Amino acid sequence: MNPDDIRRVVVDILERIAPDEDLTRLKDDVPLREQMELDSMDFLDIVMELRKQYRIQIPEDDYPRLSTMAGTVDYLSPLLKGAQASA
Amino acid sequence: MAYDAVIIGAGMSGLAAGIRLAYYEKSVCILERHTTIGGLNSFYRLRGRNHDVGLHAVTNYAPPGAKTGPLSKVLRQLRLRWDDFGLSPQRFSTVAFPDCTLRFSNGIDELTQQVRQHFPAEIDAFSRLVTHISAFEVASFEKCPLSARAVLADFFHDALLIEMLMCPLLFYGSASPNDMDFSQFAIMFRSIFLEGFARPFEGVRRILKVLVRRFKELGGELRLRSGVRAIESRRGRATAIVLDDGETIETDNIISSAGTLETLRLLGGADDRPAPVEAGNITYTESIYSLDRQPSELGHDATIVFYNDSPKFTYEMPCEPIDLRSGIICSPNNFEYERPPEEGRIRITALANPAHWLNLPPEQYEREKNYWGQRLLESALRVIPDFRHAIVDTDFFTPRTIRKFTGHLNGCVYGAAEKMSNGRTHLENLYLCGNDQGLLGIVGTLMSGISVVNAYLLK
Repeated sequence: MNPDDIRRVVVDILERIAPDEDLTRLKDDVPLREQMELDSMDFLDIVMELRKQYRIQIPEDDYPRLSTMAGTVDYLSPLLKGAQASA
Repeated sequence: MAYDAVIIGAGMSGLAAGIRLAYYEKSVCILERHTTIGGLNSFYRLRGRNHDVGLHAVTNYAPPGAKTGPLSKVLRQLRLRWDDFGLSPQRFSTVAFPDCTLRFSNGIDELTQQVRQHFPAEIDAFSRLVTHISAFEVASFEKCPLSARAVLADFFHDALLIEMLMCPLLFYGSASPNDMDFSQFAIMFRSIFLEGFARPFEGVRRILKVLVRRFKELGGELRLRSGVRAIESRRGRATAIVLDDGETIETDNIISSAGTLETLRLLGGADDRPAPVEAGNITYTESIYSLDRQPSELGHDATIVFYNDSPKFTYEMPCEPIDLRSGIICSPNNFEYERPPEEGRIRITALANPAHWLNLPPEQYEREKNYWGQRLLESALRVIPDFRHAIVDTDFFTPRTIRKFTGHLNGCVYGAAEKMSNGRTHLENLYLCGNDQGLLGIVGTLMSGISVVNAYLLK
């Protein structure tokens, strides 16, 4: 998957867990928690959705790397390299 | 083949736990002893009428689009939409003491106005308390006891105001008599005074049906009429559940909403461990009157009335069969529905002595229900218009009814006074959720099931 696909994967997941949030103007370098109402429960859900949909495991120690959209896309790049983006 | 998790109890906390597990593709089975779901917040049909068991109102009301607060959190975690619960907000409620009535509605403004009017010397302190509570961080799995009454005494000089603020929060509820931990007070204050009350038009069955449908859609298994007789364990781990009919179900994890003591009893006598908590004893009787007209036609517009007959509110297990000094009058009609319900309903609830009701011989039980139901009605008529001429049907339930249908000791509705807030037991894979884990009410117990699964079973 290319970075745009990965970004879309993450936005899809954010839409699932926070359907009432406006995600159209998310800034990639600002922490997600500052742009929307996300707490640790939501964060766990992001990690769990990635595991459910793409079978990737993210160790708890790596969670800080997922704080911004840019960081998340970077982190997921090698993990989702072979994966297909959903239609 | 062992399940990933078996959940004991298909009440709010069990169903929420089940949904979280099934959503993340764990194999999960919910076992419910009764013929239907809901537990302490169930529903039933009698002589052609639908009734709710526990529900007076859903607290923690937030309007559609709200992104913060426990209700929004619960909806997100269960992947539900605000519309799924179909909540209609309350009209207004009152706290009726002999020399003062405080009125409140959803959001803090009306109560603030009322405090300004009835307790003008305390209005600044009240505003500071609201600010303090709004900012207060409730650590979910920690215990740091602090008496709510002690905190309130720091803010206020007027004892009556303290009693009147404590009254609805104790009733809705506290597992501990007369006082509660300040963090629990903050949770309850937010849920009732800052957020507020609402109800689905169809009552609690609306919420339960949505939860069960979601659970089953996700592949969860629900087994009714499946009471649990025992939990088998070996070397510090639960291994299987044995049903009343002897069937054995193997599982990697068990989450029980049956209650701390109720669950530990399932482990059998081999364990000499002393009980970690005492059985809770806060329980109620409730009369449910069906009327041939809307309560508002009789001059009764309030959603909930919390009443007390003296300046001091006593909240504890009474020595008498029913404590007639105080009570809750709930009219399920008095919410902002799109259309009025067909019939009127008035529910009158009062603290009750569990032992009295549990131990009566059957013939005497019916007589006592009639006698005490009458006395409860008479005492409630102090604070609400006389509606007796409009009654077309009556039902009355007691701690005995609650015990019979939920299995909770003493028919207790808020669990043991001491909570197992981290949801753990001495067995590494046996967890507790529901009232005894700590959170109360519909939104609270949904959150309890969610939290325990998130903390231990999804990582």
